[in-house]
Amino acid sequence: MLRLENCRIMNGDYAVEADLEIAAGACVAVIGPSGAGKSTLVEAVAGFLPVTRGRILWNGADLTSQPPGKRPVAMLFQDGNLFPHLTVAQNVALGLHANLRLSEAEWSQVGAALERVGLGGMGTRKPAALSGGQQSRVALARVLVQGRDILLLDEPFAALGPALKAEMLDLVSDLARESGATVLMVSHDPNDARRIADQVVLVAEGRAHPPQATAELLDNPPPALQAYLGTA
Amino acid sequence: MVAALILGTLGAVALRAEAGTGFGASDWAALRFTLTQAGLSALLSVGLAIPAARALARRRFTGRSLLIALLGAPFILPVIVAILGLLAVFGRAGWLSSLLGMFGLEPVQIYGLHGVVLAHVFFNLPLATRLILQGWQEIPAERFRLAAQLDAGPLAMWRLLEGPMLRRGAPGALAVVFAICLSSFAVALTLGGGPKATTIELAIYQAFRFDFDLGRAALLSGLQLLLTGAAALVALRVSAGEGFGAGLDRAVRRWDGQSALARSLDGFWIVLSAAFLLLPLAAIVLAGLPGILSLKASVWQAAGNSILVAALSTVILLGLALPMAAAAAAGRAGLTELSGILGLAASPLVIGTGLFILIYPIADPFALALPVTALVNAVMALPFAMRILVPRAREVLGRYGRLSLSLDMQGWAFVRRVYLPRMRAQTGFAAGLAAALSMGDLGVVALFADPDFATLPLQIYRLMGAYRMEAAAGAALLLLLLSMGAFWILDRGGRWHAEA
Repeated sequence: MLRLENCRIMNGDYAVEADLEIAAGACVAVIGPSGAGKSTLVEAVAGFLPVTRGRILWNGADLTSQPPGKRPVAMLFQDGNLFPHLTVAQNVALGLHANLRLSEAEWSQVGAALERVGLGGMGTRKPAALSGGQQSRVALARVLVQGRDILLLDEPFAALGPALKAEMLDLVSDLARESGATVLMVSHDPNDARRIADQVVLVAEGRAHPPQATAELLDNPPPALQAYLGTA
Repeated sequence: MVAALILGTLGAVALRAEAGTGFGASDWAALRFTLTQAGLSALLSVGLAIPAARALARRRFTGRSLLIALLGAPFILPVIVAILGLLAVFGRAGWLSSLLGMFGLEPVQIYGLHGVVLAHVFFNLPLATRLILQGWQEIPAERFRLAAQLDAGPLAMWRLLEGPMLRRGAPGALAVVFAICLSSFAVALTLGGGPKATTIELAIYQAFRFDFDLGRAALLSGLQLLLTGAAALVALRVSAGEGFGAGLDRAVRRWDGQSALARSLDGFWIVLSAAFLLLPLAAIVLAGLPGILSLKASVWQAAGNSILVAALSTVILLGLALPMAAAAAAGRAGLTELSGILGLAASPLVIGTGLFILIYPIADPFALALPVTALVNAVMALPFAMRILVPRAREVLGRYGRLSLSLDMQGWAFVRRVYLPRMRAQTGFAAGLAAALSMGDLGVVALFADPDFATLPLQIYRLMGAYRMEAAAGAALLLLLLSMGAFWILDRGGRWHAEA
């Protein structure tokens, strides 16, 4: 269980407050108006933004003061998820050892992950030789070998077309179900939430609200969400 | 016109050079020394700049942006002032020697190859640090997050981010510093000398001043031109940034390098580079204070000449650069690049030699020392001015060009109502650089000045030659104040009430 206990997160000159729990294995969408602090919330969980009050706990263990690389967290960013000078396989291998010293068995693990995301045999290519969708798959393969408990998505598929984005979301959903990972996905599109998320965390007016069942929340939106969705 | 000036003088040099008698042993020695010192200076400057830039890139501390701004200062620092400062710190009677003396050690020897290299590192370490820091800053913030997220240690950071960045950026920095050091004159004049430590520039000067052997001076100029031209071409090909970029003081949040060892190493490099930069400056202020109140009339007269030269040079520069920037922005991109190459390649002494050869049959070159110095200084400042002006000119034309056309505002009206007002801040900055560079220049004036005429840098050099170090230090402090003051006034004037 991921618990944000009475948290206050500073991002420059504005703050987001959160006091909520997310069940292990859940797939949760984080939605809300732009600038409300959706990214701020997940960046605090990843350890990129300091928590000035409260604690972040995973299964009872306090993560608050741990550096990003030591947390049980894997994260995909809006862009810049791959290193352009490394091959596809090397980019995936970073998830096992950032210094790229892998054993034979680990390299085959990398190969298997690439197979799983549908990129078998493409390990020796450079990211520039791949399409946008394929690049997203490489990043997902790395998340797969990282094998972390929590997966954070900060709109990594925003630049893809609707069909491709749906395909990637389904892949994320499948991978998370196979590994039992807890997913927190930032999105500005309610349809993304409906597609794969069981629950939604609404971030508005400096507050991250506790998760609510997706359909329930989107069908009966509270005023803050109504204003955002434009369904007054 | 600039090309005509540069190419014309080169033509004069070439014609004259044919009368020469080929290279002697001392000329080859000058070539070897020029290459050796430039190579060493480039390697040391960039080698030291890498850890310093790395420390600046990943640490945040009070005074950080001030220190980064100070890294730009040596660019407009008069060479002769810096040399006096370096002498006060590293010279025979300097601070370092006194310190060593307390432990019974020999004083350090600053004259010769290592003195020349030391001075070049003083000038170019800050430049190289800025160039390489720019490389670090251009690594997108997401990459640092991704690396932190993957728990990358120092080796992995190197392999993922720093190595690739340096492989792209370091050759450019090396080439730029190498090209700059090739045409070193004032440093070699004061700290080098002797058959073992003479650069080609210095050899041109000696052939000219001591032997009045115009043929040999011309031949050496041709050699220098080949060398610097080749180096400038390489430098412009391999270098991407120019170290003038804004936002260098922006601190990217980092998660790596948090170990005690990394922290203390970074601290060590920051303190070391700041001390290397600031101690000679502090030394010149301390040494100059007693002397500045009792300056001779000849120094004040030289200062007056320097102000005249700087003012004239700034006017010439703006007259050249503003129309050229507009032309370059209007699509003649080759123009900018050409002026960049010529500016880096043509050394003041080569152009000076050419001008001398051209003027000599018609008029007395020594009588024209002041305007010639101003002209050559303006041409030397031109590539820097273009780098400052062209991007803004492009912006102004792109943004207001069509609007002005639709208002039927063309020609002079556009220049006066739109172009010049919108360019004001950049014009002030470029003018400030030009004035400061000209004020502190000790190059072509050494060729043209007769004993009755001097600019302030030349007068300081003469005082040093007469071992009147206190008077020299006082005059150097005055020159420092004049250069920095001219830069500050012009740069400020440009930005005064200039709306973004």
